[in-house]
Amino acid sequence: MHNAWLRFAAVSESGRGLRGRTAVAGVGETTYYKRGQSTDPEFVLVVKAILAACEDAGINPREIDGFCSYSNDRNTPARLANALGLEELRYSNMQWGGGGGGAAAVVQNAASAVHAGSANVVVAYRGLAQGQFGRFGQGGRRPAVRGEFAYTLPYGVMSPAQMYAMRTTRLMWEHGIDRSAMRAVALAAYHHAQNNPRAVMYGRPLDAETYDSSRWITEPFRLYDCCLENDGGAAMIVTSAERAADLSDTPVLVLAAQQSGGHRSGAWVHNPTDYATSSFKLGAQHLYEQAGVTPDDVDVVQSYENFTGAVVMSLIEHGLCTYENANEVLTFENLRADGGSIPLNTSGGNLAECYMHGLGMQIEAVRQVRGDSTNQVPNVNVSLSNAGPMVEIASTAIYGTAEVLG
Amino acid sequence: MSSLAEGTYLPEGLTQPAPMRDGMDAPYWEGTREHELRVQRCADCGTHQWGPDWVCHACQSLNVEWVTVEPTARIYSWQRVHHPVHPALADHGPYIVVLVELPHADNLRMIGNLLGDPMQDIVIGSDVEAVFEDHDNGSPPYTLVHWQVAGS
Repeated sequence: MHNAWLRFAAVSESGRGLRGRTAVAGVGETTYYKRGQSTDPEFVLVVKAILAACEDAGINPREIDGFCSYSNDRNTPARLANALGLEELRYSNMQWGGGGGGAAAVVQNAASAVHAGSANVVVAYRGLAQGQFGRFGQGGRRPAVRGEFAYTLPYGVMSPAQMYAMRTTRLMWEHGIDRSAMRAVALAAYHHAQNNPRAVMYGRPLDAETYDSSRWITEPFRLYDCCLENDGGAAMIVTSAERAADLSDTPVLVLAAQQSGGHRSGAWVHNPTDYATSSFKLGAQHLYEQAGVTPDDVDVVQSYENFTGAVVMSLIEHGLCTYENANEVLTFENLRADGGSIPLNTSGGNLAECYMHGLGMQIEAVRQVRGDSTNQVPNVNVSLSNAGPMVEIASTAIYGTAEVLG
Repeated sequence: MSSLAEGTYLPEGLTQPAPMRDGMDAPYWEGTREHELRVQRCADCGTHQWGPDWVCHACQSLNVEWVTVEPTARIYSWQRVHHPVHPALADHGPYIVVLVELPHADNLRMIGNLLGDPMQDIVIGSDVEAVFEDHDNGSPPYTLVHWQVAGS
């Protein structure tokens, strides 16, 4: 740990870092659909989201000169540049890894490109229409599989829930984490979705009894511990802090954005050195160091729910509660935007707004800084949003106001 | 060490395993056919390693060997799968997946099914022993490694 802290300090002293150099000038999303119900092709969803983000920012789409996405997004920068009429494409970037591990990394990558002068207006985006391209939650249909999956698929470990359940079992066993903490995460998400007309679960509230009686997907996950599957598109416009200040009196600064993996976090067949982890133990420390804030400064949190157990890990590893007090702190009352001490997943998140591989949760973190969330927390200056807990490379970001820079 | 008396733990029709085309993990799959549990061990630093890789993760040596280890372990984590995601499992009912660790091989971890009653209580830390499940009709033929509570 000592050596790790020296490393963090070195970054700060060198004067490098993203803190306040770039901003999210605009955000946009399409209608969010249940899986398979999009009336638009996936590519059109992405274009619509980008156009919405440009309109939100007050930027002509032809000013875009860079694209960042993740999870092998099918909608390539070259095709988007054609469709949007770009005169010049200066930067494109794909974050490796499946799932939503890249949802904050795309902001890091876009902000890094802007800060480096590689491009001026970079879009971070994600489009999903599983009905058109196949589902995540379905097992492999190939007759034979080689490599890592040869050690899992034949034993019935196929879906994301099945791939990640055992980390949560181990977390609960090692640290005495109660199901009540996981239930509180689900209840908070559904509670917030009832105020968010964009949410797929808008008008469909969840109570504790329904959660407790819901069917097992795979123990320890019940139905409501698992994220949705949806169709839609989402986009964020990242540009320099100076340009953002021209566009808005209250620009939303990127205070920090960080990828996060630990020792052998990608080791095959569930062999990371540290197993019951969200993969944020190191990245969260870099995050706070870069942003120049502490966990106590965080006003509101979007914590990516692939599964509720991972949110518990993520909150602990971001220093927002501890292994020892998680059962007491992670209650529905504490996680609500209306009066809670750790307002969590205020759009409904991946459980109840939409599973846009977490990019919607980055957008919600930006909205909380702007003050236009449907579950607005008062006086937000520091807004945290993480992505893809438990995957090999997760990511996490902090957005905030210029006030934080002092 | 024992073999399944009859049948297989999960129904036929699931995706079958095959060795990697570059040969990296062929010794493991060949070992299972002989009902031996083979894992990697670094010839330079002696660290056991799983999953397989060309490089020792402990000392970065390329001199990684295969050794046969005692097919025993203890339960490190588990899940009981209720919701099937493959047509072959549609009417099968719950099944148990365990992550086991091998204390005699640097606590490397392996995945298998836990044999016996699918609704049995599962206790982390329990000693388990390997059970080799042959699939002679596979293409290529293969053998899975399951686990059962020791002495059961």
